[in-house]
Amino acid sequence: MDIHEYQAKELLARYSVQIPRGGLAYSPEQATYRASEIGGGKWVVKAQIHSGARGKAGGIRICTTDNEVSDAAESMLGRKLVTHQTGPKGKLVSRLYVEETVDIRQELYLGIVLDRKSERVMIVASASGGMEIEEIAEKQPDSIIRAIVDPGAGMQQFQAREIAFGLGLDNSLIGKAVDTLLGCYRVFRDFDASMLEINPLVITKDGNLIALDAKMSFDENALFRRAEISELRDKSQEDPRETFASDRGLSYVGLEGNIGCIINGAGLAMATMDMIKIAGGEPANFLDIGGGASPERVAKAFRAVLADKNIETILVNIFAGINRCDWVAEGVIKAIREVGVNVPLVVRLAGTNVEEGRRILAESGEKVIVADTLAEAAEKSVEAMRAYSKSKKN
Amino acid sequence: MAVLLNRRTRVIVQGLTGKIGSFHADDMKRYGTNVVGGVTPGKGGQVHQGIPVFNTVRGAVRETGAEASIVFVPPPFAADSIMEAAEAGLKLCVCITDGIPSQDMMRVKRYMRRFRYEDRMRLVGPNCAGVITPGQALMGIMPGNIYLPGRVGIVGRSGTLGYEAASQMKALGIGVSTSVGIGGDPINGSSFKDILKLFEDDPDTDAVVMIGEIGGPQEAEAAEWARHNMRKPLIAYIAGLSAPKGKRMGHAGAIISAFGESAQEKVEILRDAGVTIVPTPAAFGPTVAGVLEQQKKAA
Repeated sequence: MDIHEYQAKELLARYSVQIPRGGLAYSPEQATYRASEIGGGKWVVKAQIHSGARGKAGGIRICTTDNEVSDAAESMLGRKLVTHQTGPKGKLVSRLYVEETVDIRQELYLGIVLDRKSERVMIVASASGGMEIEEIAEKQPDSIIRAIVDPGAGMQQFQAREIAFGLGLDNSLIGKAVDTLLGCYRVFRDFDASMLEINPLVITKDGNLIALDAKMSFDENALFRRAEISELRDKSQEDPRETFASDRGLSYVGLEGNIGCIINGAGLAMATMDMIKIAGGEPANFLDIGGGASPERVAKAFRAVLADKNIETILVNIFAGINRCDWVAEGVIKAIREVGVNVPLVVRLAGTNVEEGRRILAESGEKVIVADTLAEAAEKSVEAMRAYSKSKKN
Repeated sequence: MAVLLNRRTRVIVQGLTGKIGSFHADDMKRYGTNVVGGVTPGKGGQVHQGIPVFNTVRGAVRETGAEASIVFVPPPFAADSIMEAAEAGLKLCVCITDGIPSQDMMRVKRYMRRFRYEDRMRLVGPNCAGVITPGQALMGIMPGNIYLPGRVGIVGRSGTLGYEAASQMKALGIGVSTSVGIGGDPINGSSFKDILKLFEDDPDTDAVVMIGEIGGPQEAEAAEWARHNMRKPLIAYIAGLSAPKGKRMGHAGAIISAFGESAQEKVEILRDAGVTIVPTPAAFGPTVAGVLEQQKKAA
């Protein structure tokens, strides 16, 4: 789960990481009020969306007068901001963060991630901040410093010192850098974060170390014990199709294609989508309805898939283990009758009691295209989608 | 004996008296698994579905001589249960639980390092379908009837995609020595490499099917190991050809975040290491059959 920059900064500030003075605004009027509260003559107005690369997309504006702050706010609020991370639909800007500007001497990069190779928390730092880590890795690979934290002992002072000296910081900044690094690690640990990125972490001309931007994501499996973080969820930043599904306990990822997928198991779901692609189609979504394909879950899955207006065919692929195919087939028929499906529907059942399941589908009188194998299911879906697409145009 | 599990393995069920634990304990017994006990703190002394219940894993081991456990404990308590199993001296722990926080798994793996490698419990999972040695014993949630006993090992992250592979093989009369689900989480007990090593040393396994997916370094690591150490044929499929970068596809671990983590890149790495690639998820059966045929000719 992602949170906004201003929320991440509030968490960091509690752990003695220095941040610029700033305030949240929901309107141009509030934005100018925040600017006057902060004082000085130069501010930065930042669109709060769950994406990086906001600057290039016009989501970060430097202002020197009240009018400029107000105009900047006016131009961003209520609009969708498209960055290279948001996808073509962009993300809605409904909150702004107004901050004082700082005089930058140098930009650094600081990231904390879960390293899957060592299976531990890894600190990543570089003296070449300001650009994305992928770009740093490509252009300045030698500038990247890594440290792995022992989960039993936590991050140690010496590790923070090594990073600080490795970044080439002045002696006068080492103490501040150690505090910042340890603070960041503790935020990560205490709130079950999965990613923390401060880019840039800046050295100011007056010799301070300040987190100019902050990005954080959290381990969804740990939200049960992090109520404070759960409350920071902003549904307006999510794909509405994904929100609908996740609120119903389904694992759904919206994509750009037109063949809707309803599958049990994440691996089989990915494999089925691959098969659709190989057959010449494009999947509209990833959807794992989980191991227990109960009729209620199947019905919810149909609703989630049909909420996508691009859908021109639905493919159901269920490998029944503990649940028998006859039961799954009844669930599918019930879902069709309850939800109403007016695009072609291809169903492939496999596993326990498969013959009985197919018989129930065939005898239901509903228009269901039955497939025996995975390959056949994908081919029939693409065929049905093409025919439907054509008939719609005529 | 195939790997990890056979009909003699004495198994306990952690979280036996819960709904899921009860259901699968019954299913496992019916398949032939030697289930000797269960653990639910506070219910020690009871007999549940004909299985004696203990308060602690240590107590269960003392009374039953258990060697292996399967964990159905809810996510907030699952890491603790795994560490309890490791401390009680079990050889194998299969954790089915889905949704364990990453930091808890980090702690589990750190904790297990206090044991010498030879004494260390083997953890399979979490968030996996379990282990089955067809015709002998089942420690997991997979439908036993889709596996034919035989001589091909299966190791995969995904449950139902593993079923797909096994049933395609069964349709062609190809059987399985053991199938191991290593789970879809970013931090798991056993990696692909760990299980490949077991299969390579197993006299009852002739070839291995590896079912990977996008995200993480484990497939590439396995490829590198197999290139230098594996004499048996390795056949691999990687799911997620159509997955976009930065999107998590169901499994907590299935997200492309670094180079070498996309399906295409993994396929390249595996092919380069001499691994036979299953070109589509509909081709598990024919690809394995082809490799076995070649092996027979060569012999």
